[in-house]
Parts: sequence; structure tokens; C-alpha cells
Amino acid sequence: MPNPVIEVTGLHKTYGSGDTRVHALRGVDLTVQPGDYLAIMGASGSGKSTLLNLIGCLDVPTEGRYRLDGIDVAELNERQLSLLRNRKIGFIFQSYNLVPRTSALSNVELPLVYAGLGRRERRQRALAALDLVGLSDRAGHQPSQLSGGQQQRVAVARALVNAPALVLADEPTGNLDSESTAEVLAVFDRLNALGRTIVVITHEDDVARHAERVVRVSDGRIVADTAASQVWAVR
Amino acid sequence: MNIVEILRFAIRGLTANKLRSGLTTLGITIGVGAVIMLVAVGSGASAAVEQSIAGLGTNVLTVAPLRGPGQTTGRPLTVEDAKALVDPLGAPDVKAASPVVTTSVTAVYGPASHEIPQFAGTYPEYFETTNSPVATGTGFTDEDVRAARKVVVLGATAAESLFGTADPVGQQVLVDSIQFTVIGVLAPKGTSGLQNADDSAVAPLTAVQNSVTGYGSLSQIAVQAVSADAISAAQAEVTAILNARHRITNASQSDFRILNPSQLLAARTETTQTFTVLLAAVAAISLLVGGIGVTNIMLVTVTERIREIGIRKAIGATRAAILGQFLAEATLLSLFGGLLGVAVGVIGSQFQVAGIDPVVVPSSILLAFAVSALIGLFFGSYPASRAASLRPIQALRHE
Repeated sequence: MPNPVIEVTGLHKTYGSGDTRVHALRGVDLTVQPGDYLAIMGASGSGKSTLLNLIGCLDVPTEGRYRLDGIDVAELNERQLSLLRNRKIGFIFQSYNLVPRTSALSNVELPLVYAGLGRRERRQRALAALDLVGLSDRAGHQPSQLSGGQQQRVAVARALVNAPALVLADEPTGNLDSESTAEVLAVFDRLNALGRTIVVITHEDDVARHAERVVRVSDGRIVADTAASQVWAVR
Repeated sequence: MNIVEILRFAIRGLTANKLRSGLTTLGITIGVGAVIMLVAVGSGASAAVEQSIAGLGTNVLTVAPLRGPGQTTGRPLTVEDAKALVDPLGAPDVKAASPVVTTSVTAVYGPASHEIPQFAGTYPEYFETTNSPVATGTGFTDEDVRAARKVVVLGATAAESLFGTADPVGQQVLVDSIQFTVIGVLAPKGTSGLQNADDSAVAPLTAVQNSVTGYGSLSQIAVQAVSADAISAAQAEVTAILNARHRITNASQSDFRILNPSQLLAARTETTQTFTVLLAAVAAISLLVGGIGVTNIMLVTVTERIREIGIRKAIGATRAAILGQFLAEATLLSLFGGLLGVAVGVIGSQFQVAGIDPVVVPSSILLAFAVSALIGLFFGSYPASRAASLRPIQALRHE
């Protein structure tokens, strides 16, 4: 049995101190196996984004243990965390977060630049990733010349160009119309079919319906963790 | 993440806001250009001073009688004193010694009248000793001195005021009502200090004593050392000989003084060096202000691009990569500004500034350029380290 991609135990996260202290997470346990397609759902303020940021090593937990692909991230220094984000995690944000004034191709190449790859291999892999999201004809366009759906697909291409163990998406379709949403979700389905582990935050049932497993977060705790087939069967 | 990629990111970052990058560059350009130009002006000024002092002859000592309080009884300088100084045994470092009498006279040619403040009577060696070559015509000879011929060599200014553009050689001028024949004109020397060295005239000693000054004491003795290096030795020999002739046992009681141009040169050089340092300090301040401009703009840039920094960190940029990118941006800004500044400074130094021909000092170019590069590193390091130490999640949340 291979290592779980994500193994979280007793995760706590608090912001601020004194009277303004906020408990974003109050003890979360979660295990995600390779190839899982997980949807995290919850009301805004429930702590689901905090959970995703911790899983993505963008933030450090106040308490608890987190193993990513068998590695305890608490033991890593800043540089090692950067490398981990670069090699093992692909991020997709609600607001796309492409680097402005930089072509789609260069945006997709960026993780490979930080990984230290040569120019030719970078180009090759970035073009392949753009091809996967159906945007190889827009490689030279800048983000401002692309539609929201196209920008998000460039972001998806960037997230998977490094062949990460884990793709994390924070409300990836929150800003998209239904057609673009369908395009992005289709890409996710294809990635999952290829064996990628995907964790998506969403509050849209339509998006969660694509996942194999749905986790509900409320008030900093996981309140439900069920296979998708069961969730949708009940309704 | 290699250097080429860091530079590529930096150039992209800089070209994203060309006006701002250009204006920041301008600050460094002005600073570096000012350092190079002002140092060039300063060294041009000291070169001009050195040249005008060298014009007096760097291997010339001037012996003048000392008429201070308590020295009124001192013996005057005589032609015999001057002759005694040319002594291959007692004074091997003295090449020639010319007795000189000077007075101010009024010269008249036709309707033109001109006051010559420096009318010198001397020996033919004077021309070589004081580094005053004859430009047109000839100088006078020992024969002229022996015969007390009334011939005169005019300085450039004196010749021009009397004759204008006409050729003075062969013409007769009245010097204090005595007729002299002009036989030559000295090459122009330029002004040195207060007096105009060209507003002068040179005639045989005997003729001047005969007709103008009378046979009194000498105004000075111009001594030529065998070389510029021998000038200190020559000064010692001259002092010893004159002390002996004037029966002076205590050196502090000397009734003459010796002017050494190399001492004059040292004093003047020191003054112009102070002047140069002052100019360079002013320029360095403008370079510093330019450097602060770089910091300012880099801080603005970092604040503006916090989100971009967050994105880069989220997809795996290390601290070093972010630090490198922003340091490279700051260094490129100031290096480019430095290069432009070198161009501006060197081009600007081709023109005359306040009557001084600037002399570009190569080391000032190197220094200003190196400092501009260091300014990028130094003044860019604070904004860059601020960018690099941002936590990815904070940076991403920044609006």
C-alpha cells in the first residue's frame, strides 16, 4: 500500500491573539489516497480554505500533524517547503492568479523555471500542458487577452505541468460561467482518469458531483466524509 | 533557477513600467554623470594650475633681495652675485644664472601708448631659464649686452597693444622716452595668478641700466638648475654661495629669499585637490540621492507586486529566487543608469566648463560605475528581502 497523499491528524489553526483570536480549524483528521478526487464543501467561514492552504503548504498549522506523500512538513525549512510546493503540488485559485503581462506559455513554464529545467524541455512540457487544456493555440496570449475560462485553463495547465502528486483547487469555477465551468471540470475529470489526486473546494453541488468523495466542513471541523455515490443517492 | 532566468524575470519586471524605470535610472545617471564630470572639472583646474606654474619653468629658482624689518642693512644683489652662482665646482647643479632688473615703463609707438608693468633687463640665458621662447624675430645676444644695444623683445600682450596686428619686428618704440628697436616677440604664456606674464618686455641688462633704471641693485636673479630633479640641490648651493658672499653666518639672517616653483606647485596642487574633493563630495551626494530613489521605487514595486510574489511562491519559487529577481531588478536599474551616466559624464567633459577644460579621470569612471552597481545591490537589498520574506498566504491574500 503506497503512502497516502495527504495524512492530516488533529489539525488546528488559529489566527490573531487575545480577544480577536479566531479558531479557523478545531481538530481536523483527513486522509486522501493517491488517485482520489475529493470535494471539500462548506459555508464561507467554515475553514475549508484554511484547510486547503495548510494542505498546500502555503501556511503552517498551529497544532497537529500533516504528512504529504509520507513527508512530515513540520520538519521542513522554508526552502524545502518551496521545493515541495514546486514538485508535489499544483495550485488552482478562484481568481486564476496568472502573472500579469506574461504570456500563457511563460505562465505555464514558470514552475518548471523554478524547478531548474532547461529551456527546450520547459517549452515542450508547457506546450503539452496547454494542449491538454485545449489552449495550445493561445500560447502567446497575455492573461488580459484571454477570457476567464481560458485564464483558468491556463492556470490548470500551470498546476499540472510539473506532474504533481496533488492538484489543489480553491473554488476553481467560482468566477466562471457555466460553459467555462464545464470545460474546467472536464479537464479535472480527465486528470483524475489519468490517476492524479485532486482536492477541490467548492460550494456548488454541480462541481462536487464530479468528485468521488465529498467532505463537509463546518465551524472548523469535518462533519461528514462520504463517497459521492452515497451523497447523491440520498437526495 | 539560473542567472539567465533571474535576469529575464528582472528585465520583464522593469520593462513592465518603462517610465518609472526610466526616471529611476535618470537619478543614477545624474549622480554618476555628476561624479565623473565634476571630478574632471576639478582635475582640469589643477592641470591648468600645474601648466601655468610649469610655464614659469619647473627648474627655475628666483632669488630676490629680502627687505623686511631688521634687514634694511642687508646687501643688495649684484651682477657679481649672479656671476658667482655659475660655478661648476661650488654649484654643480646650477646651469645658468641671469641677473634681472625689472621696472614698469611706458612704451610709445606712434600714437599708441602702453604701460608695461614688467620691463626686464637681463642676460640672453633668461629666455631659456624662464621658459620664454621667442615666437617671431630673435632674442638678443651676449654681444648686445656687452654693447648695451637698445633692443627689446616684447611680450605678446605688450606687442599687441602697441602694434595691433602689424609686425613689430624692426620697429622703433620709445621706452620712457628712450628709443629701443623691437627685435622679437615672445610666445604667449597665458596668465598665471594675478599678473599677466605676456604683458612684459625683455631687453639687455646693460641697456636697461643705462637708460632706465640706473646701475643699482638687481631685482632678482633667475637661476636655472640642470634639471627639475636637481632643483633642491641647486637651492642649497645658491643659499650657501650667497650666504658666504654676504657674510651671513646665521641662515635665519639671510638678506635674500629663494622662490622655488615646485613648492608653489605643491601648495597650489593641494588647493585644487581640496577643490576636487569638494566637488566629488557634492556629486557623491547626488549619487546617494539617486540610490535612495532606487530603494523607493523598488519598495513601491514590491508592494505593487505582492500578489505576483505570492503566486510565484505558491508555485514553488524559493526565497533565494524572489530575492534574486528583485535584487537583479534594482541592480539592472542602477547599472543601466551608471552606464548612461558614464556616457553623459564623458560627453559632458568634452566641453569647457567655467573656463576650465575638464580632464576625465579614468579611475573616477571606474569608481562611479562600481559604486552605481553596488548602490543597486545595497539599496535594492531591503526591498528585495522584504519581498522574499513574505509568507505566501499573506502575499496571495493581499489586495
